[in-house]
Amino acid sequence: MYLGIVKGTVVAERKSTGLEGTKLLMVQPVDEHGTPVGDLQAAVDRVQAGLGDLVYLVGSREAALACDPWFVPVDAAIVGIVDGIDVPDPARREER
Amino acid sequence: MRYCRVVGPMWATVKHPAFNGRPLFIVQPLDDKGVDVGTTFVAIDTVQAGVGDKVLVLSEGTGTRQILKQGDIVPIRSTIIGVVDHVESA
Repeated sequence: MYLGIVKGTVVAERKSTGLEGTKLLMVQPVDEHGTPVGDLQAAVDRVQAGLGDLVYLVGSREAALACDPWFVPVDAAIVGIVDGIDVPDPARREER
Repeated sequence: MRYCRVVGPMWATVKHPAFNGRPLFIVQPLDDKGVDVGTTFVAIDTVQAGVGDKVLVLSEGTGTRQILKQGDIVPIRSTIIGVVDHVESA
């Protein structure tokens, strides 16, 4: 699982069977400080996330398992909206 | 499995029901010397790991489902499955 920030909405009228009615969002994967990691991706939203939300996603096969029905062709799903992360100050990293 | 350090806990109220009651942590992959490698990711905890602990993280869904015993439809991949005491490297 990994963190991401919701950057936009994907509108796709014609989709594969099982994906009717699913909400697709564009997500930028980030690290725990909000720094972008890798490329933007589309993900199925399972938690009614909104624009700008910090979320966590599950990838690969387990992304389909987050969906209902679960036998669907997806490889990224938003499975939670992050309330907070307790991370140490990166400037003090060397002291640990 | 990956050798990682627990960076810190994470909270989420709105989440897939499979995550209910599962502690969430940010983990940082390490090399055999304990130096950070690559980017952090999110994992659930099954072994009461603490912040700063060196841990083993399973990043695979089938093994995770076998551990959690919540059935076959569980959208969880990364699971902390052990606390590492030390790594000996040549």
